[in-house]
Amino acid sequence: MSLLEISNLSKRFGGVVAVDSCSLSVPAGSVTGLIGPNGSGKTTVFNLVTGFLPRDGGDVRFKSRSIADLGPDRIYGLGIGRTFQLARIFPRLTALENMLVPVRRAGLRALLSHGQWGHEKARAMEMLEFMDISRVAGTLGGALSYGQRKLLELAAVMMARPELVLLDEPAGGVNPALLERIAQHIRQLNGQGVTFLLVEHNMNFVMNLCHQVVVLHQGRVIAAGSPAAVRENPAVLDAYLGA
Amino acid sequence: MQLVLEAVVLGVLTGGVYALMASGLTLIFGVMRIINVGHGALVILGAYLSFALFRSLHIDPFLTLLVTVPAMFALGVVIQFVFIRPLKMDREALSVLVTYALALGIEGALGYLFTTNYVELRGWYETASFPVFGFYITWVYVFGFVLALVVLGLLFLILYRTPFGGAVRATMLNRTAAQLIGVDVDRVSALAFGVGMATAAAGGVVFGITNAFNPGSHYDLISRLLTIIVLGGLGSLRGAVIAALMMLVTTEVAAVLISPVWASFVFFVILVGVLIVRPQGLYGVRVRERI
Amino acid sequence: MSRTVGLKALGLAMLGVVALLVPVIAPDPATTNVAVFTMMYIGLATAWNIMGGYTGYISLGHAAFFGFGAYSFGLLLNHLGMAPGYGPFFLVPLAGVFAALLAVGIGWVALRTRAATFVIVTIAFMFMLQLLAENLVKVTGGGAGLSLPYPHDWGGDFFNTPYYYAMLALAVLALVVSWWIRRSKFGLGLLAIRDDEDKALAVGVPTRAFKLTAFMISAALVGMIGAVYGYYVTFIYPQFVIDPLIGISMVLMVFLGGLGTLSGPVLGALLLEPAQLQFAYHFGASRLYLVLYSAIFLVVILLMPRGIVPSVVDLWHRRRSGSAAGPTPPAHGAGNAIKAASP
Repeated sequence: MSLLEISNLSKRFGGVVAVDSCSLSVPAGSVTGLIGPNGSGKTTVFNLVTGFLPRDGGDVRFKSRSIADLGPDRIYGLGIGRTFQLARIFPRLTALENMLVPVRRAGLRALLSHGQWGHEKARAMEMLEFMDISRVAGTLGGALSYGQRKLLELAAVMMARPELVLLDEPAGGVNPALLERIAQHIRQLNGQGVTFLLVEHNMNFVMNLCHQVVVLHQGRVIAAGSPAAVRENPAVLDAYLGA
Repeated sequence: MQLVLEAVVLGVLTGGVYALMASGLTLIFGVMRIINVGHGALVILGAYLSFALFRSLHIDPFLTLLVTVPAMFALGVVIQFVFIRPLKMDREALSVLVTYALALGIEGALGYLFTTNYVELRGWYETASFPVFGFYITWVYVFGFVLALVVLGLLFLILYRTPFGGAVRATMLNRTAAQLIGVDVDRVSALAFGVGMATAAAGGVVFGITNAFNPGSHYDLISRLLTIIVLGGLGSLRGAVIAALMMLVTTEVAAVLISPVWASFVFFVILVGVLIVRPQGLYGVRVRERI
Repeated sequence: MSRTVGLKALGLAMLGVVALLVPVIAPDPATTNVAVFTMMYIGLATAWNIMGGYTGYISLGHAAFFGFGAYSFGLLLNHLGMAPGYGPFFLVPLAGVFAALLAVGIGWVALRTRAATFVIVTIAFMFMLQLLAENLVKVTGGGAGLSLPYPHDWGGDFFNTPYYYAMLALAVLALVVSWWIRRSKFGLGLLAIRDDEDKALAVGVPTRAFKLTAFMISAALVGMIGAVYGYYVTFIYPQFVIDPLIGISMVLMVFLGGLGTLSGPVLGALLLEPAQLQFAYHFGASRLYLVLYSAIFLVVILLMPRGIVPSVVDLWHRRRSGSAAGPTPPAHGAGNAIKAASP
């Protein structure tokens, strides 16, 4: 079953066509990689899917329901989370507070109740434990190291139990040890049923982690399939080495 | 109908004046991302400077520009350096408070020095007018408009034809990127503020020669100027000019068709209307902070 | 940990007792007048902080709500033919409701824009309201002012006292609301909006609804305080009640004390309002009062941009941990790992 279905998605910025009739599908329960040379439109696709940019054409369907015109908060409420290229957390809130911000159901009662913090707090600490950063729970986000922020960002996104998580360069700017940890976490979460779509440049990371890989070049999908197949694909090699 | 035509002409002429004042304000925002709510007070300061020179030396108000423009330019650079640059955190919010404080200080000082009585700048040509289409236009308005055009023209020239202007525009578009290509953004900011102040000096003369003013006049002035730059799009010079013309023409026509009292109100109603339809203003860019 | 909590509670209790006894300790009208205004600004600053401090959206037009509260209250009292005395105090919450409704209208337009434009739009709306108050003469009395019922039988020394307690009650209400918001998920959402609005959206925070709600709550409180003020001065004029100086004072107090903190606005009001009253008294006529005000304003902002409370708390933390307890969080503008820590 395809959890996320992108069909003929297009976006242009003035004269530049960033995304050109892009179509791809993310099967439920998979870890799908989205790769391509710089400027191929990967982050733009993310921004379109998560409601940060209005599309120029095409459709995005999540569980067969069109989400193309929804805002980012509605989309998170439906169960799609995302991380950003440069890990974004709330610097003036503590790590624990960062974990308590995400809102899944924006109902009046849920938000006014102070008591909700009780069980949310416990779960937040659990997630922090899971990511091995529970000892910095009381530290302000701005005082955390970059690696800690990356982990915190992912942990916070997971708070509302999203079914699909879009990771924008999860391996970006991290040392090999942390890289392995992140990969582990993704595998574990995937094992618990979370579907991932990740944009990455680190080929090893992608090839070891992903069930399927989609290649974007100049805004268009030029290849899709298993990591092995994509690796051998001449069009892909051309795009990376040629362009 | 005749009255409406006259209102339109008057609106265009005064629109030019407001365009001049608004241009400095929107330039400052564009370069430094700060809202200079003291801009109205600075214009009034310019007007009073000219007034003081005019009163003591009996020279034509337009000639006082030779002194006030460089003086205000220098003052602008100093203000930016002393009061704006030290603000590192929450710059947008704090600058509003700082510039407001400056405005209050200027208002107080001017009130102390000149009392709160209304004054006016006068030239020998004060009441001279010429007939056009069956009504009369006073020369002062035309002079003011011409001056506004000249200064605006100079501003556009500087911005689009000089290296300094290029640096300013680069800083406006993307401060970090500008720094990366070697633009000294601090210096550009200080100079841009100076330029903004220089336009305020010119605006002061034109405003003072077409309106009676006192130290408290800056409230009404700044509320109009802020409305204009929001309507035009924060940071857009083109927007400021067009918005100024639009606003003033509509206000003058409304004064004729409805009543002078409600004309000011129309000003704000237009703003609200535009914001509902196009929150970024006419020429503003819809900004999503950072994706 | 519980020792600090215990100390805080004790301190608060003591302050509470002192606040309750002010009219008893110093019953002369001059002092109680200062007390009324100081308590008024404690409430105003705290209320303003709910929007400006928590969400980061700076409203410079809050005087609009103050004035609207005063006018709507006055018009209501006159319309109902309300007798002066204690009765009107019970209708004050209605002024809050009216102000909140105004906030919905203003907020709906003003919050369509980003924070920089928001400031300007709030100023514009304030001037619009002032114009309306001045020109809708049949309704508001225009420049001639609007009179409210005057409690004649509260003679001389006693007159200020009921107003003081009314202001105290509103200030306490504002503080309780502010405290509660700060601890709630709603409050966390507001702070998240302040730090990084787009990121807040990305984690599901309904930013528009939250901002509007905070704006409404802030406006309602300010409106109620404005109503009591109108009742206190018994005669309200457009330019004195929809006065930009009132709007800017409450903002300055919050910045002085510490934006976004609970005690900051209180401290700022306690420090500034008595001083402000003194200045106006001594220098008001000569306009020099504005110059002095401006100078203090500038010194405060340039020397202590974060306000007193955060600076003091920071200093205390450093003393306790011996050395600097790690880098200070980066400035407004989140997630940018490149940005250097603030001085």
